[in-house]
Formats: sequence, structure tokens, C-alpha cells
Amino acid sequence: MNWLEFFAMKGYALYVWGSYGISLLVFIVEIILVRHRRKITLQQLRLMRDAGTIS
Amino acid sequence: MAINWFKYSAPSSFYGLAGKLIPLFAWPAAMLFCTGMYLGFFVAPTDAVQSEAYRIIFIHVPASILSMFIYLIMAGYAALGLIFNTRLSSMMATALAPTGALFAFVSLWTGALWGKPMWGAWWVWDARLTSELILLFLYLGFISLQASIEDPRRADRAGALLAIVGSVNVPIIYFSVRWWNTLHQGSSVKLSGTSMHIAMQQAMFTMLLAMWLYSIAISLLRVRSIILERERNTQWVSELAEVKQ
Repeated sequence: MNWLEFFAMKGYALYVWGSYGISLLVFIVEIILVRHRRKITLQQLRLMRDAGTIS
Repeated sequence: MAINWFKYSAPSSFYGLAGKLIPLFAWPAAMLFCTGMYLGFFVAPTDAVQSEAYRIIFIHVPASILSMFIYLIMAGYAALGLIFNTRLSSMMATALAPTGALFAFVSLWTGALWGKPMWGAWWVWDARLTSELILLFLYLGFISLQASIEDPRRADRAGALLAIVGSVNVPIIYFSVRWWNTLHQGSSVKLSGTSMHIAMQQAMFTMLLAMWLYSIAISLLRVRSIILERERNTQWVSELAEVKQ
């Protein structure tokens, strides 16, 4: 089996790679967003502390 | 041995526990995902009827199962929060909703890409497909309802009612292929035996386990931010090393 044949998926390349590509993208974006949210939350907590809103 | 089971129902102690648990779920999830992809593309044979198009199953079926399973867990947590007035359960429900919604989206997306070559249509208003679409809308409804209410405790209660009422949709999705005549095929894996090749089953269950562990890891990571946001005025949050620096 060569790689060109593998990626062609016997003519179903669009459907197979379209499924896997978007699904993978969804998971990667979710990981980035959730990690970003943690960063922002911690930043806000430090800002609030510096402003003296919390002890 | 006396274990205080309620210790971790307090957001302050659960925050630390969740932080320790995340890598224990995230790394196995990543390894199982790679294994599942390898099994799915290089070990599982070509299908006699659907040729290579059937390989969508390794992402479609686990994502669909999890979209329903996460909904029930979310509704369960929301109900616990409503009945016992426990803050952490409600926060868990809030943390699970976006991941469940994404799985519902992946299920519909891969389903469309599978339906086109096999049925000749991206979408049909069939019982299985329509009820899964309603599941996605229930998730989105839960998220936007909670986001629209300022007071977090009221948002928890309103969201919980929606989640509990909406859970009636999950058995409808599950049994839709038996109750109605539908284009969607029934399950290939049953308790009484299976029509699937063993390597295909292994790939599918490996992917299911990978996505399951992923859901736990990402929800724990999300709930940690939710805990910090809601507990921002407490002493323990201001004393955290990551806040103090």
C-alpha cells in the first residue's frame, strides 16, 4: 500500500478526511479555549487582588 | 479507614484534586487516541459493502455515544445541585455542557459526511438524525440560558430544570432506530453478538475510551476555571500559589 493510495481512500477521501479533520480541529480548538480561559481567569484574579477588591 | 467522602464536595478541596487528576486522564486519552487511529486506519480491514468510507465509524459512533452519555451525566449533576443545593454539582453540569455540545456537533458533522456517499444525502429529517439535532439544541439552550442569568445560583436552578426535562430526548435518540422506520442503521454491536469484524470493534472501543477520558480531562480543566470565577471573593482562592505570584 502506498501513501497516495492511502490518502485517496478509494475515492472517499473528502468524506473520511473531512470527518477526521474537522473532529480533530474541534478538539484542538476546545483545548486551546479551555486553557485560555484558565489563563484569563487567573489574570483577572491577580488584577482584582492588585486593585484591592479581594484581600 | 475513615474517609471523608464529602471532603471533595467542597469546591476548595475539589479544585486541588481536579488539578492532580487532569494529567491522569489527559495522557491516557492521547495515547489511546493514537492507538485507536492506528487500529482504525492500518489494522481494521476495508469493508466489503462500504469500502473505505466506513472508517468514519471510528469517530462517529464514539462521539454519538458520548454526546448522549455526557448529557445524562450533566442532567444528573444539575439535578443533584437542584435537590441538595450543592454548588460543585452545578458547576460540574456547567463544565460538561460545552464538551457535550461539541460531541453532538461532531456526531452530526461526521454523520452528514457519511450519509452523502452512502444514502446520497447530507441530511434527512429522519428520527435518529432529528433527535440528535434536538440534543445539540438542548445543549446550546442550557449554555445560553445559564449565560443569560446574572446570579449564578439562579442560573444553576434554571439550567437544571431544562437539563432534566431535556433528558427525555436521550432514550428517544437511542431507541429511534427501533421505534420508527428510519434510514439510519441499527447498532452493529449488541449484547447477543456482533456483526462487526474484531479489529473494527477494537478500533471503535479504543476511540470510545480515548474520547471518554478526554471528556473527563477537559471538563475538569474547565470546572477549575468555573470554581475560581465563582469563588473569587473567598480567602482560599486569594491564597492559591497561582493567584499569589
